[in-house]
Amino acid sequence: MQSQATYNYKVVRQFAIMTVVWGIVGMLVGVIAAAQLVWPELNVAEWLHFGRLRPLHTNAVIFAFGGCALFATSYYVVQRTNHTTLFAPWLASFTFWGWQLIIVLAAITLPLGFTSGKEYAELEWPIDILIAVVWVAYAVVFFGTIGKRKTSHIYVANWFYGAFIITVALLHIVNSAEIPVTLTKSYSAYAGVQDAMVQWWYGHNAVGFFLTAGFLGMMYYFVPKQAERPVYSYRLSVVHFWALIFTYMWAGPHHLHYTALPDWTQSVGMMFSLILMAPSWGGMINGVMTLSGAWHKLRTDPILKFLITSLSFYGMSTFEGPMMSVKTVNALSHYTDWTVGHVHSGALGWVAMVSIGSIYYLIPRMYGKTEMYSTKLITTHFWIATIGVVLYIASMWISGVMQGLMWRATNPDGTLTYSFVESVKASYPFWTIRFIGGVLFLSGMLLMFYNVLKTIAGEKAYNAPVLAPQAAHA
Amino acid sequence: MADFTSGFWNAYVMVLVALSLAYCIFVLVSNNKVDRSHELNQLHGHVWDENLCEYNNPLPRWWMYLFWITVIFGIVYLILYPGFGNNKGIYGWSSAVGENSQYQQEMRKANEKYAPIFDKYAKMDLKAVSADAEAKAMGQRLFLTYCAQCHGGDARGAKGFPNLTDNDWLYGGAPDTIKTTILGGRQGMMPPFGPALGGDGVKDVANYVRSLSGLAHDSLRAQRGKDLFAQNCAACHGPEGTGNQGIGAPNLTDKTWLYGSAEATIIETVTKGRTNRMPSFESFLGDAKVHLLAAYVYGLSAKTAEK
Repeated sequence: MQSQATYNYKVVRQFAIMTVVWGIVGMLVGVIAAAQLVWPELNVAEWLHFGRLRPLHTNAVIFAFGGCALFATSYYVVQRTNHTTLFAPWLASFTFWGWQLIIVLAAITLPLGFTSGKEYAELEWPIDILIAVVWVAYAVVFFGTIGKRKTSHIYVANWFYGAFIITVALLHIVNSAEIPVTLTKSYSAYAGVQDAMVQWWYGHNAVGFFLTAGFLGMMYYFVPKQAERPVYSYRLSVVHFWALIFTYMWAGPHHLHYTALPDWTQSVGMMFSLILMAPSWGGMINGVMTLSGAWHKLRTDPILKFLITSLSFYGMSTFEGPMMSVKTVNALSHYTDWTVGHVHSGALGWVAMVSIGSIYYLIPRMYGKTEMYSTKLITTHFWIATIGVVLYIASMWISGVMQGLMWRATNPDGTLTYSFVESVKASYPFWTIRFIGGVLFLSGMLLMFYNVLKTIAGEKAYNAPVLAPQAAHA
Repeated sequence: MADFTSGFWNAYVMVLVALSLAYCIFVLVSNNKVDRSHELNQLHGHVWDENLCEYNNPLPRWWMYLFWITVIFGIVYLILYPGFGNNKGIYGWSSAVGENSQYQQEMRKANEKYAPIFDKYAKMDLKAVSADAEAKAMGQRLFLTYCAQCHGGDARGAKGFPNLTDNDWLYGGAPDTIKTTILGGRQGMMPPFGPALGGDGVKDVANYVRSLSGLAHDSLRAQRGKDLFAQNCAACHGPEGTGNQGIGAPNLTDKTWLYGSAEATIIETVTKGRTNRMPSFESFLGDAKVHLLAAYVYGLSAKTAEK
């Protein structure tokens, strides 16, 4: 029994394709920045200098690539699992064009040097306002769609997407409170250590809710769909969802160990970061165990390979993160490449891989098909990407620990054994390996782009009919 | 300084921390009594989007134990260390505040261990220290850590940062003067003369200044600049332009240029003036380490002078 209405795939299609495009752009900028560390002479002009490309890279991969992936999949999942069309489709269309405008404005203003100086929140106040407007529109579309659902229960993926949307709105608005001076310059509403605390409350929850909760929503739909298996445990999903929400909010101060932040604030941040390990792993367990009974599919299905590997990296990063939040470990790891490696095992291994797997699932369905043009190319992409991530994080681990040890090494007279520049010099080989890892990961994205083009070439855009919900079976 | 504007916020934080921990414990306790006798892989009953459904398997035991361990660790940690509101914790640990803070303890330990090594040289004459091979090695290590960022690893400086190897000194190169410079730092300030001299006047002065050290110049302009120099510049740089080490005014007759000798650079310097700053290291490094550094820096150019 099917109704006449069709799901709104247009906005999903737009976001899905832009995910691939912005993924390539963002990772290309990352590769250039990595090359600049190996060959400093590549810092050719002020607007192409490392200091300006680095925030462009982080903004592009997190908010352009990751953001488009979240928009695409959440609009798809919220319609399909609630058996209804998008609420206010014109507003959904506004979120697409608004988000693209924000990305283009970021790509212009960051190289020009306009920045509020807050990590992962560099964009200046006019763009901040635009982000807030688009985000509220996103919330209206998403929750409006849930409001007109045809099912009695809300599927787990929607909780995670919902938490991600609400929290990111809160984080963005509080952290971006600033006093404009000119059109392109503003100052934070907070001062001194309070400003630092608000920034890392934002910063770590951007990781927790943008890069974790949102992508767990993605995982909860695409893993069981692609594996064609039931989710391992409803109970576990409830428990780890709420435990994650209750504990993530506290973790920010671990970015400010041994700073002017009061000791108790640092400690409470460290303690909740440790407690966060089990709730994080709940998501990994639920995803990986969903595959029980279908492990053989991993051999032949590269999309599933992407999804399951992403969960492995997720589990690894969420073990590493709590360990690095321990003060004694942090005293070694802070300010070194270890942090960069940790971020990328989460960003490339978890966020990018789960997005890539989901987009491979999504793209053919946007054109009335079920398969990408070439499964072999997906397999190739998977192996190139995996080798790229491993090279990236292994080199950063080694250089990070090496830097930490060099910085604290002392001579018998108590003076430092190594000057800072000696630790820079010692890092070059590892920066070269990191660059190669990045090039590999980027090449995988180019393969994906080709595969997507071939898949959609000559195909008509397709909107699937809305399905009537199935009666629950006992 | 108090961490909060009022006691309310401290209580607010404590209540939230307690609630968050209590919630984790509630989750674990309430899931502890799940009937484990029933079969695994029971479907929960709902179906979404054709085939999405959920088992209702109990929480993995090992996962619950892991959760318990971290929660208990957290509670114990909050009892022993600061973290529950601004309570100090049983250990009264502090990173940097107070005599028993981790920083103060580590500093005391380091001072006990290393101070005698430095004190041995602190009593010696600077020239004697600069001739001591071991002291020189220690001085170089200090230099590479604290001075190389501005003066370069080879101490040859850069634009705006003096070369320490050329035996040309802004404030004087006697060992004690070098030590004074490092201990107290220096504030270099040349006022801007653009408004007073005007574009042409500045250019005239710049040509005269170039003529002082025998650089190519427009002799007509240099002639005009000579009078302007006497009126505006000689007070600091001296009538002959040989400078004044008492106030750090550079000698303009030699080949050493802090910002550059190009006509355009000199015009910029005269027009806008220059401000420069060498930070003070007295409170940061202490007298004994500065003593070694001064000897090392003295040794760098004393060697040059001998050649």
